[in-house]
Amino acid sequence: MTMFEEKQPAVSMEKMEWMYEQMVKIRYYEDQMAEAYMEGKTPVFNIGAGTVPGEMHLATGQEPAAVGICVHLTKDDTVTAPHRPHHHAIAKGVDLKKMTAEIFGKETGLGKGKGGHMHLFDPEVKFSCGGIVGAGIPHAVGAAMTSKMKGKDWVAVAFIGEGAANAGAFHESLNLAAVWNLPLIVVVEDNSYGISVAKKASTSVESNDLRASAYGIAGAYVKDNDPIAMYKAAEEAVARARNGQGPTIIEIETYRYLGHFQGDPELYRDQTEVPGLRQLDPLNKLRKMLAESENISEADLETMEKRAKQEVDEAYQFARDSSYPDPESALKDVFHP
Amino acid sequence: METAKKRMLTGNKAMAEAISQEMERDSNVFVLGEDIGKYGGIFGSTQGLIEKFGPERVLDTPISETAFIGAAIGAAAEGMRPIAELMFVDFFGVCMDQIYNHMAKIPYMSGGNVKLPMVLMTAVGGGYRDAGQHSQTLYAAFAHMPGMKVVAPSNPYDLKGMMVSAIRDDNPVVFMFHKSLQGLGWMEQLDVAVDNVPEESYTVPLNKAKVVREGKDVTIVGIQMMTHYAVEAAERLAKDGIEAEVIDLRSLAPIDKGTIIESVKKTHRLLVVDEDYLSYGMTAEVSAIVAEEAFFEMEAPISRLAIPDVPIPYSGVLEDFVIPGPNKIYEQVKKMMDEA
Repeated sequence: MTMFEEKQPAVSMEKMEWMYEQMVKIRYYEDQMAEAYMEGKTPVFNIGAGTVPGEMHLATGQEPAAVGICVHLTKDDTVTAPHRPHHHAIAKGVDLKKMTAEIFGKETGLGKGKGGHMHLFDPEVKFSCGGIVGAGIPHAVGAAMTSKMKGKDWVAVAFIGEGAANAGAFHESLNLAAVWNLPLIVVVEDNSYGISVAKKASTSVESNDLRASAYGIAGAYVKDNDPIAMYKAAEEAVARARNGQGPTIIEIETYRYLGHFQGDPELYRDQTEVPGLRQLDPLNKLRKMLAESENISEADLETMEKRAKQEVDEAYQFARDSSYPDPESALKDVFHP
Repeated sequence: METAKKRMLTGNKAMAEAISQEMERDSNVFVLGEDIGKYGGIFGSTQGLIEKFGPERVLDTPISETAFIGAAIGAAAEGMRPIAELMFVDFFGVCMDQIYNHMAKIPYMSGGNVKLPMVLMTAVGGGYRDAGQHSQTLYAAFAHMPGMKVVAPSNPYDLKGMMVSAIRDDNPVVFMFHKSLQGLGWMEQLDVAVDNVPEESYTVPLNKAKVVREGKDVTIVGIQMMTHYAVEAAERLAKDGIEAEVIDLRSLAPIDKGTIIESVKKTHRLLVVDEDYLSYGMTAEVSAIVAEEAFFEMEAPISRLAIPDVPIPYSGVLEDFVIPGPNKIYEQVKKMMDEA
């Protein structure tokens, strides 16, 4: 039985509302990005052209992984994310205007136009991401080390895709974090594919939480892309980390509605797959659940949805209104003075 | 001051003293790496630190270079000042992603919003018959890529002063120390590996080459062991009436163009000597700088000596053939002087 099916999930209404609003924000953000990305790329698709050039990896459908754990975090906790980072960034509270401006390549962006969508850094909320699979895990280990060395209860969360669990950095980092008993949580988002290669063809175990036993640490599995089950698993993992009881691997079964990147012809999967997944949409399920609750009205839900979308619209407007950087600023920021 | 002047330390002790003094000064400084705790570093760079600071700040790691160098990056991003040791520079292959894609690029890609004040120290160099996977310097491989300061001190005084500067620098610094210049009891004993090192803390800049011998006839640019070999060759050349000016490059990135240009304007001849591979290396960079900025000052073609684009061989006669030494430098300068 998943949490969705439980009558009384043990999650406060306040937290449920936060998760719902963040999921709405993420979904709408990615939908807007999919549109912005195609500006200037028709009739002939050229990856390097348009308002938002370069690769674009969207997280539509993967919202539960991000909100289910970030709901437990504060700005003192660290999050590292991979090449598909928008849902994590939004759930961690990254400045949405500066993030969008960065993706648009503008001077007001988080990295002044030097990073782009795969390389977002917001030290204010201790968020970073990167384009190399698995490479963010050791950075989270370093943040977890810092927490321990400074005697804090800060935790570090590394989000990765299921494909990254087969990279060396995963093994090295989890072993090290286990040996040093660090407050590290690795969240594996299993969206079934490493670009085109199915999990079954790349991974020796059914799910990566089973690999926790290889490091003598805790593992948890969340099925059905369920944000409330994710909330529960994450709650335990975060408490474990804060209490000095070491790392956890959480694997969540999630859904990638879109291609690996925008423009992916997706010839490697059956055309009926995504419509089937969309039938199980976690955002719709959560809305239905909240709507059925006595504690929240339809008007309340609409207010939340409107607020989330307005914030996104403002961020896109800020990005569009911002200027491109001075070309010569490319020569700055290699070194701190 | 007389007694301070006579205080002699080996290279490794000078390095360890720098780290120790900085750890006392700043609680954010810590060291991690393989065998850097009880062993004191395979090349002695952390000798005595664990006894003084304990295993909380001197951390022996598993053989997981990606994890611990990546962890150093993550800790530096949170305001710590980690010093990570990559035991041999040759091992960079297993962790270069963390070094050049993350350590070197995060400050830039964040638009300067993330600082990574960390030191990656690593042992370089051959000459002790350890063959191709343990004898390289790889100076240029690191200096080629933007985002890292890359330094290679040649004596105990500089090892201490440049280590202090590296730890205090807000940028990632790759600190290459030469195994033969550590003054270790189990390697060939070299006089240049022991030097006067003041006890009190001091800094040596990370962007300045040093003229270690003045001369008017030819400039020899070297680095680490090659600097010492160049000085040796220069003493022999002096007996032949040739006065060579020897520059210890010390820093590969940033490179101190000024000191080199100033010297060749005086000598009008240049030999560049490197313990790295010849092609696309430091010798090419220095030659290009001089060709671009002082071409009309030159009275003879620029000359280069380096590893002739082969892996470092094991057998002594082979290794000695490929690594430039005092004889080769002497002969090369003689040839340059004869041709001109």
